[in-house]
Amino acid sequence: MELSIRNVRKDFGATPALHEVSLDIRSGELIALLGPSGSGKTTLLRLIAGLEAPSAGTVFFGEDDASRRSVQERQVGFVFQHYALFRHMTVLENIGFGLSVRPRAQRPARAEIRRRAEELLDLVQLSGLGQRYPAQLSGGQRQRVALARALAIEPRVLLLDEPFGALDAQVRKDLRRWLREIHDRTGHTTVFVTHDQEEALELADRVVVMSQGRIEQVGTPDEVYDRPAVPFVHRFIGESSQVPVRIADGQLWLDDRALGLPASGSGEAVLFFRPHQVEVLSGCGGCLAGTVTGSRRLAGTRRLELELGGGRHRVEIDVPIEHPAATRSQISFRPRTWRVYPAAGDGSAATAATPAPEPEQTAIAPLALYSIR
Amino acid sequence: MTAVASSGWRFRQPSVLPGFGLTLGYTVAYLTLIILIPLAGLAWRSAGLGLDEFLRIAGDPRTLGALRVSFGAAFVAALVNLVFGLVVAWVLVRYRFPGRRIIDAVVDLPFALPTAVAGIALTAIYAPNGPLGSWFAGHGIRIAYAFPGIVIALVFIGLPFVVRTVQPVMEDLDREVEEAAATLGAGRFATVFRVLLPALMPASLTGFALAFARGVGEYGSVIFIAGNIPFVTEIAPLLIVIRLEEFNYSAATAIGALMLMISFAMLLVINLIQAWSRRRYSNG
Repeated sequence: MELSIRNVRKDFGATPALHEVSLDIRSGELIALLGPSGSGKTTLLRLIAGLEAPSAGTVFFGEDDASRRSVQERQVGFVFQHYALFRHMTVLENIGFGLSVRPRAQRPARAEIRRRAEELLDLVQLSGLGQRYPAQLSGGQRQRVALARALAIEPRVLLLDEPFGALDAQVRKDLRRWLREIHDRTGHTTVFVTHDQEEALELADRVVVMSQGRIEQVGTPDEVYDRPAVPFVHRFIGESSQVPVRIADGQLWLDDRALGLPASGSGEAVLFFRPHQVEVLSGCGGCLAGTVTGSRRLAGTRRLELELGGGRHRVEIDVPIEHPAATRSQISFRPRTWRVYPAAGDGSAATAATPAPEPEQTAIAPLALYSIR
Repeated sequence: MTAVASSGWRFRQPSVLPGFGLTLGYTVAYLTLIILIPLAGLAWRSAGLGLDEFLRIAGDPRTLGALRVSFGAAFVAALVNLVFGLVVAWVLVRYRFPGRRIIDAVVDLPFALPTAVAGIALTAIYAPNGPLGSWFAGHGIRIAYAFPGIVIALVFIGLPFVVRTVQPVMEDLDREVEEAAATLGAGRFATVFRVLLPALMPASLTGFALAFARGVGEYGSVIFIAGNIPFVTEIAPLLIVIRLEEFNYSAATAIGALMLMISFAMLLVINLIQAWSRRRYSNG
C-alpha cells in the first residue's frame, strides 16, 4: 500500500505541531521518522493512523483518501511504545481481538480466529505462551505480542511509535533485527518513529529527518549520513564538529588561516566534519591546528578535544589508539570529508533559514559541497 | 550496612523503615479493642444460647424476613450503585466541564450527612404525598414505606463508595489501550464492554462490596423510609433494636451473629473473586 501525505498541518491550540508536511511512501517500504522530541514525528504517525485529525491536508492510502475515514475503518496496525496490551486477556485473546470485534458478516469463526492467532504467535516466536497474561511476559515479549496483534487485522500499513523505546539495549538490538526480518517476510508498508538515529539508520530503507514540525530531509541512510542537506541533519545524525569559517579566493579560511579546503562562493559559512573522517598531518601549510584540551578513549579510537583559534572554537577528532599525536599538545589535521553550509543556516536558526518550506524536502542546497577522494 | 557479627537470635533487624514493632503493636491493640473484643462478645453471648435456641431464633420467620429485606435491599442497591457509580466516575474522570468540582464534592455528601437527615429528606420526597412520590403513586408505584424506598435510601448512602474506589483506577487507565482497540477496529461499544469494563472489574468489585456492606448495616436512613412492617419492610438492624427494647438480649445477639456470619461469608467470596482477578490483571 502506498502512502501519500499531502500538505498536512496540525495545530494543538495555537501551537503548530506540524507545518505543511508532505511525504510519499512507497509500497512495502520501511520508513523511519527520526527526530528529537517535539519534532512532530509522533504527531505525523498518529495523523496517518487517524488517531489525530489534521488541521489541514490529506492522507492517501493508495488512491483512497484516508482522511475521510475513521481510525476503525483505516485498518492500520499500530504498535505503541508501552505495548498497550489488554491485560485482562490472554496473549491469544489479545492477538485475536481485532478479528473478534469485526462486524458479524466479516468475522471469522472462533476456531479460525484462534488458528490465525496461533500462526501469528509462531511468527513472533512466542509459540506456547498463548495462554499467558501480559503481566507474565517480559517487555520484549509484550512488544512482540503487540506486533502480532497489529498484524492480525491484515493492516494496510503498519505504524510503530517508538516500538523499542521502553526496552533495554540488548533486547532492543535483537528486536530490531527481528522486525527487519518480519518486514521482509510480510512485506507490509511500515512506518516507525524513533529518536534513536542508530536504530533508524540500521533498520530503515529511507529515513525522514524531522525537526520542529518540519521535514528536514528524506533519504536513504547513506544519503542522510553522507550528504546531510542542512546543518541540523548533520548535527543530529552521527557525530559532528563545526567551525565557523569564511570563503574567499576559492577556499575556506579560519580567521586569517587558509585551511587548504577548496570552496566556491564567498562570505561567512560553517564547516562541518565528522570526528572520524579526519587525517592528522605532521606539517601544516593549510590545515586546521589546535591545542589538545582533553583525550578520551572510545571503543576503537581515541577521541581528542581540541581548541582552535585561541580557544574560541571547540572540535573533536578521532585518532588511532597508538597514534603518537594522542600525546602531543598541538595537533594539525584536515577533514577528509566535509560539508560547508551558509552561516545563516547555523545553529537553531537552521529551519528559520528556510523561508518558504517546499513540500517534499525543505532543504536548502549547501553553498559549497566537496569531498576529497 | 556494617557487618556486625550477629551472635544468636536478634529481634531487631536494622531497617531503613524503622518503627515496625511500634506500629504493628498499635495496630493489633487498636483492632482488638475496637473490633475484635466487641465481636468476640457477640459470639460469646450467642454461644451461650445453645444451638437449639440459636436455631430457633434464626429460623423465626420474622428474623428470616428481616434478613431477607436487609441483604436483598443492600444487594440491589449495591448493583444500582455499581452501574451509576461507574457512570458518575467516568464523567468526573474523563470530561472537563464547568461545575465538575462541585459535582465531585456532592458525591461525598452522603458520607458527611447524618443518615437520619437523609432518611427524612428521602421520605418527604418519595412519600405518596411528596413531590416525586405523588407522581409514582399516580402510576400505582409505591416507593416510601415499601421495598423500593429502602433501596433508594441504601443507594443514597452507598454511592460514594463505588465512585471513590473506581475513580483513581479509572484515572490510571491508559489512553493508549483505548487507542489500540480503535486501531484494531473496535467501536466504542466493544471498547467499553470488552476493554474498559474488564480492566475496572477489580476496583468495581471492591466498590460493590463496600456499598453492599454499608447497606447491610445501615439503620438511620432506612427506618424513616421503610415503614418497618414486619416480614415486609423490617430490616435486620431494626429487629435487633426491637429485641433490645424488649430486653431480649439473647435474640438480639443471635440476629447480630447471624448477620455477621452472612456478611463475612459474602465478603469472603468477593475477596476471593478479587484475589483471582488481581492475579490475572496485576501490573500489565
